[in-house]
Amino acid sequence: MTLALVLEQVLNGLQFGLMLFLMSAGLTLVFGVMGLINLAHGSLYMIGAFCCAAIAGVTGNFWLGLMAGIAAAAAAGALIEVLVIRRLYARDHLDQVLATFALILILSEGVRMIFGPRPLYLNVPDMLRGTVNLGIVDYSLYRLALIGFGLAVALGLWALITRTRLGIQIRAGESDREMIAALGVNIRWLYTVVFALGAALAGLAGALVGAIQSVQVGMGEPVLILAFVVIVIGGIGSIKGAMVGALLVGVIDTMGRFLLPRFFATFLDTSQAMGVGAALASMLIYLLMALVLIFRPKGLFPAHG
Amino acid sequence: MTPFRTAALAAMALGAASLAKADEITVGMITTLSGGGAGLGVDARDGFQLALDTAGEHNIRLVVEDDAQRPELAVQIAERMIQSERADILTGIIWSNLAMAVVPSTVAQDIFYLSLNAGPSALAGANCHPNYFNVAWQNDMLHEGAGAYANELGYENTFIMAPNYPAGTDALAGFKRYFEGELAGELFTQVGQTDYAAEIAEIRASGADSIFIFLPGGMGISFMRQYEQSGLDLPIVSAAFTFSQDILPAVGAAALGVFNASQWSPDLDNAANQEFVAAFREAFGRTPSLYASQGFDTAKLILSAAAKADVSDRDAFREALRAADFTSVRGDFAWAPNQHPIQRVYIREVVEVDGEFTNRIVGTAFDEHRDVHGENCPM
Repeated sequence: MTLALVLEQVLNGLQFGLMLFLMSAGLTLVFGVMGLINLAHGSLYMIGAFCCAAIAGVTGNFWLGLMAGIAAAAAAGALIEVLVIRRLYARDHLDQVLATFALILILSEGVRMIFGPRPLYLNVPDMLRGTVNLGIVDYSLYRLALIGFGLAVALGLWALITRTRLGIQIRAGESDREMIAALGVNIRWLYTVVFALGAALAGLAGALVGAIQSVQVGMGEPVLILAFVVIVIGGIGSIKGAMVGALLVGVIDTMGRFLLPRFFATFLDTSQAMGVGAALASMLIYLLMALVLIFRPKGLFPAHG
Repeated sequence: MTPFRTAALAAMALGAASLAKADEITVGMITTLSGGGAGLGVDARDGFQLALDTAGEHNIRLVVEDDAQRPELAVQIAERMIQSERADILTGIIWSNLAMAVVPSTVAQDIFYLSLNAGPSALAGANCHPNYFNVAWQNDMLHEGAGAYANELGYENTFIMAPNYPAGTDALAGFKRYFEGELAGELFTQVGQTDYAAEIAEIRASGADSIFIFLPGGMGISFMRQYEQSGLDLPIVSAAFTFSQDILPAVGAAALGVFNASQWSPDLDNAANQEFVAAFREAFGRTPSLYASQGFDTAKLILSAAAKADVSDRDAFREALRAADFTSVRGDFAWAPNQHPIQRVYIREVVEVDGEFTNRIVGTAFDEHRDVHGENCPM
């Protein structure tokens, strides 16, 4: 085990964590401000990836595709909010889960009807191809760019929430919904904007990750599960919690897959160690979630004190 | 027409209909039509359907359902197909973990299971069953071909990797059975995994001279796209699944030159295959994958047995299946005693022909290959 390998794995964990953050930020915002559980968040991730792949395929320009992916996810988010979600705020969580689960099925089937069942492909933009030398290790330039993107968006989101009028309204909405409506804020509009913002972040994550993965129907659901783990660990409704939770999950998952098989290999034979290590590594983040729930039932950074 | 004659005619028509029902064969297809494995299931289904559509008159009723690659769902669908659809034959499962959940209980209920893809080792040996036929291969077979060819290519220090499920463990076991070099490392990934950064870092650090992977469907696409961006450039040897026609368009040039072992290839030069490939392209507007060829062969086998025996007589129908009186698109086809194929395993290379990424046969790994697990089968 060399320093180069450890560094590469830490970078991999960070990159994974930051992409998870983009997903979880929207999810946690929507839950925090509107008290809504949105299972269809993963579908917005898928929509972002598909639109990016389609537009990039036609125009040959990744960045145009990326814009299209974000715009399409935001538009789909706003539309879903106005048509469906708006009717669910007053209902209990089970109704919300039921309705947004139905949305997953509708959106997946819709995307399949439009794009077909086969995976699409999206190429990494030419300027981000290849590797970059980081002293002791050659690292994929695109993954490094993803880390940069993730940090930039996190910074932008922080500025938006703490430094703008919209941010004040969002924070107010989190702490007291009735009060800000009474103070004359157009709460309906605010909800639509927050939902579209969350959708845009999911679409951005889908489009960015789509370039190094398979753009396929149902690609959002595995990420959605991880995003829920992240917001449970971080504290539901807290952007800061989402950031910390995402980085924890990203790094722990990656390092678990990296270190656990090695640990078991010290006293088991290789094949067995790989099997046991891989199995345990895939449970690690859920164990982390269970631990957090035991000691901090509201997550690491509870939004509502 | 008097009411009496109308009633009599209706009765005759009903009688004829129920007569036709009696000798109708219901085939329940449980396959993966959504998620990262959808490309495999869609191709298998389309190949199967093509064989029925081009067969002319036949008495097969096909019922298809999506298992979403989930074992518990596959079990429910199998029960429904046996109870309410009265299926005589089940087929279609792509993934070995789903096959392990469905096949044993199905064949125990005196229903035939004809596998068009998954061939877990656990069902080929001591647990073989007279009602279970595998038309495709036993899981290990193609990976054994890859292992044997890795020796020919002179690889001495290979990193091997597969998802952690029955077909993944079979894949690594099959490769290791024939590979004579050293293993630079061995890794199990998660089924359906989409990010391989951690694995690629391991490969980079291992000092391997080559890589063997088994990552079917979306897993292969994700790995190859990330591998291309990683700056690593080790040669890859594999079995057909990871470099099949269903994923090559999405992987693109990154797959060019990869050698992979297969019992079938679109350029395989026999009349049945050329006809099949042309008909598939005509019907679906794309080149078939090996899954499509396996679906096609499975339907052909059922059609051949249906022409000889009535499915309600299970013993006669089983004998008709054992006769394997059909022309396989892979060429010669024969059953081993455990009802898995004895077949030639080819080596293919990924090439670009007229702007399309596809495979072409460049050699043969084994001539008449059968799986090792059959020795433990009491049949």
